[in-house]
Amino acid sequence: MARKKKKVPEINASSMADISFLLLIFFLVTTTMDTDSGITRRLPPPIENPDMDVKVKERNILNVMINKYDKLMVNGKPGDVSTLKDITKEFITPRPNDEKAPEVETKEIELIGSFMTNKGVVSLKNDRGTSYMMYIAVQNELAKAFNELREEVAMRYFQQHYADITDKDKLDAVNKAVPVRISEAEPEEIK
Amino acid sequence: MAKFRKNEAKEVPAISTGSMPDIIFMLIFFFMVTTSMRETSLKVKMKLPEATEVQKLEKKSLVSFIYIGPPTNTKLYGTESRIQLNDQYARIDDIIPFIEQERLDRAEADRPLLTTSLKIHEEVRMGLVTDVKQELRKCGAFRINYSVRKGE
Repeated sequence: MARKKKKVPEINASSMADISFLLLIFFLVTTTMDTDSGITRRLPPPIENPDMDVKVKERNILNVMINKYDKLMVNGKPGDVSTLKDITKEFITPRPNDEKAPEVETKEIELIGSFMTNKGVVSLKNDRGTSYMMYIAVQNELAKAFNELREEVAMRYFQQHYADITDKDKLDAVNKAVPVRISEAEPEEIK
Repeated sequence: MAKFRKNEAKEVPAISTGSMPDIIFMLIFFFMVTTSMRETSLKVKMKLPEATEVQKLEKKSLVSFIYIGPPTNTKLYGTESRIQLNDQYARIDDIIPFIEQERLDRAEADRPLLTTSLKIHEEVRMGLVTDVKQELRKCGAFRINYSVRKGE
């Protein structure tokens, strides 16, 4: 009868934008862009023979101790977190002519050539009662000292900031030139 | 006809909003893809210490988390720091089975690259942290990361 075919009414899509805005805002609010970051360390493998102590020359060790009151002792003297970085940096900087400084070793490193590396080890010891905040603060200061030295090496040999180096070989070279040597004491039984 | 056209052309044409939903949908998809929904709900208080020398954890899928902190529900569980693995409190002996399980869940090639991220409340005493580290050493999980907040 009808001459025209009945048209299916079009769905109104103008509110689509509103709906999708709503969804967008939901995701914006709930998203936590938490990029996990932290201080990466490598634990040493368990020691098989606890009685066998490795003897290290005294001049090659920087003793850092934290007691249960979160007070620092650096090489037998009371220390502070604010000065720890400079002490550590001075300690790990190769100084071949200084009798009291740690020994140096000339190594052949790819891309850099012969380079004087430091044999110094930072020995970190903490009490069971030390707070984690203090421990991380100390670890951070130590890491800062190593990173500053790496930065200097990277600038000198590659004219690049350490953080900007993407080439793996260059990164390895710098890491080899300035190895992070932090030794943590075996936990001792309470006497 | 020409007259008509001239008159119409004078009006500024409305900007078509027809493609707006598409643009918004594109944004939604971006956020949906990048969002990482937290898998575990924390049962311990978590206030990470601050540090400046941080490195990013590269592959999220190769990280297993250990949470340590005082319980959120202090009335029920007291104030002493607890270890949380997955969704529940755990004892120190549970760490080795946990790491073994985490290894089994990864592809064989990835297992040596597994990193353990230690998310520890800043007031936790080092005794507990040392115990956890000893357990990790025992089962060969040497790569660890002390999770921190990036500070100034």
